[in-house]
Amino acid sequence: MSGQKPRTLFDKIWDAHVVDTLPDGTALLYIDLHLTHEVTTPQAFDGLRQAGRKLRRPDLTLGVIDHNIATDASRYTGIVDPESRLQVETLEKNAAEFGMPLIPLLDDRQGIVHVIGPELGRSLPGMTIVCGDSHTSTHGAMGALAFGIGTSEVEHVLATQTLLQKPAKNMKVEVNGNLAVGCTAKDIVLAIIGRIGTAGGTGHVIEYAGDAIRALDMAGRMTVCNMSIEGGARAGMVAPDETTFEYIRRTPNGPKGEALERALAWWRTLPTDPGAHFDKVVTLNAHEIVPQVTWGTSPEDVLPITGVVPNPEEAADEARRAQLRRMVEYMGLTPGQRLQDLKIDVAFIGSCTNSRIEDIRAAAAIARGRKVADGVRALVVPGSGLVKKQAEAEGLDRILTEAGFEWREAGCSMCLGMNPDKLTPGQRCASTSNRNFEGRQGPGGRTHLLSPAMAAAAAIAGHLADVRDFQPKGSV
Amino acid sequence: MEAFTTLTGIAAPLPKANVDTDQIIPARFLKSISRTGFGKHLFANFRYKEDGSENPDFVLNQEPYRKAEILIAFENFGCGSSREHAPWALLDFGIRCVIAPDFADIFHNNSFKNGVLPVKLPREVCEQLMEDARLGGNARLTVDLERQVVVRPSGEEIPFQIDPLRRHLLLNGLDDIGQTLQHAPAIDSYEARQKAAQPWLGGA
Repeated sequence: MSGQKPRTLFDKIWDAHVVDTLPDGTALLYIDLHLTHEVTTPQAFDGLRQAGRKLRRPDLTLGVIDHNIATDASRYTGIVDPESRLQVETLEKNAAEFGMPLIPLLDDRQGIVHVIGPELGRSLPGMTIVCGDSHTSTHGAMGALAFGIGTSEVEHVLATQTLLQKPAKNMKVEVNGNLAVGCTAKDIVLAIIGRIGTAGGTGHVIEYAGDAIRALDMAGRMTVCNMSIEGGARAGMVAPDETTFEYIRRTPNGPKGEALERALAWWRTLPTDPGAHFDKVVTLNAHEIVPQVTWGTSPEDVLPITGVVPNPEEAADEARRAQLRRMVEYMGLTPGQRLQDLKIDVAFIGSCTNSRIEDIRAAAAIARGRKVADGVRALVVPGSGLVKKQAEAEGLDRILTEAGFEWREAGCSMCLGMNPDKLTPGQRCASTSNRNFEGRQGPGGRTHLLSPAMAAAAAIAGHLADVRDFQPKGSV
Repeated sequence: MEAFTTLTGIAAPLPKANVDTDQIIPARFLKSISRTGFGKHLFANFRYKEDGSENPDFVLNQEPYRKAEILIAFENFGCGSSREHAPWALLDFGIRCVIAPDFADIFHNNSFKNGVLPVKLPREVCEQLMEDARLGGNARLTVDLERQVVVRPSGEEIPFQIDPLRRHLLLNGLDDIGQTLQHAPAIDSYEARQKAAQPWLGGA
């Protein structure tokens, strides 16, 4: 503990979880919640089995199936793809053998691991949370320290409930002022990545602060924290406040009664102390942010929707020129072309970045009374069975299907090209997911990252579009 | 894990920044439940054409780089997902060392856990080493972890920095879990304290 020295939110959670310190300063860090899924765990359980080790804390471990499953009705009749089926069955078998709680595939609580943790009230302030998935940073929105780990580390946590870690540096990203009409959390985080670059947060944990962050609901904060890894930071976090506590009170598995009162007393001590040291500080003005869209194959290659495709020859050095030429070629673009003129084949609304009820509502608000353009396939994939049920209770599914959107079952879907929802070579997609890497959504696929409202607008227009043209000012 | 002490081998130049994990191993190949067999899918979107045939323009399809044991690239190598399949694919192909100006954090961690050594050297040095690599099969690089140097074909030695604990684990091929379990009493007492202080953990 560092006594009277002012500490950041990250410092406080870190200090509270150090079990032991090795002579070189590496900490043995206790993990309060370990989320697992089918893709990054089979080899870890195999390792336990071979070494004759047990799962140390089944009660702090929770499994769910999300990455490789189809999001159509086929899940009700059994998984078709034999490799996917084997991976899912392996998780089920490992859960039974090691006593790990697992949400069954055909359960309302099934969904994307980074949607269900907060939704169920399992991801809470002050916790350390890990999962074999880089978007674990999402849970930092709860005021937790949450980060992605590899399979060897998954095995380490299964066996010991700890990780060997060196402390990260502290970085603050402050977003001040009010967001303009048509702009969302997704536009904030894309603008941040455009500013700091894909390696801007490497070695750091980002704390998002400022009144524009404070004003976001929990879904918005999750969207921002989710993409921290796209800026190179393993973890992103937002200090817990009344918005957080109100959210937790509505969750099925969050603490209740006296336990909640005790928890609240501690959670209220977590926000960064005045005068605490940040190794890096970046400040943005929210009112300067306009709806964002990526044009290239790295999340940092982002522009306002009003922009044009950059000219690679104008870049400063040859390495960057070569990189930009490759992007322009891969993405099938012409320098100087207006982004709003880019015709799309697919619109994807989903993923751990943007598949919560608030995201579905934003898409439905644009879709209401309109039609998806001819030749465009538009998918809406809720982040969990509970999100799906809520959306259906609100009639959002009807609005969307009447407009020509497909309404699907919960899962990772078209975010990552490992289940049947994929782009085919050359297809252009307006996507609410988090990565626009070459081939990410399927070999040869072309991804433009944007907000749910912007994706819905693109689906209707048939090309990338400015969501601000889709509604009278002030109606958002 | 196999220990890493000294490696002398062919180095392949990959003059790109932001080589992400979806490039290293696309997600559609992550369905295996084993740690091996990923080598044939390493850089699949570059190595193979749409019809599945080899793309002769990609460095790992050219001689002598089919037998590369070292890969040299530019900034932010391994960015993107946490998939440990990335170092598994490199290892399964035969690559045991990646040299780059810097690495994404999770890939960097994952590499050490699998006996793949990530070496950070400034961009100018990486460019020089790529020039060496382009000389072909007779121009082998040596990566000496014990002495923390990369030896160029000319005999010039380039020192590199590495975390001492990770170096120790790698030199001895040690698995972290065994090491951590030596702290079991500290973990037990942490859990006892936590149970009293935070009874809400573990869900309602």
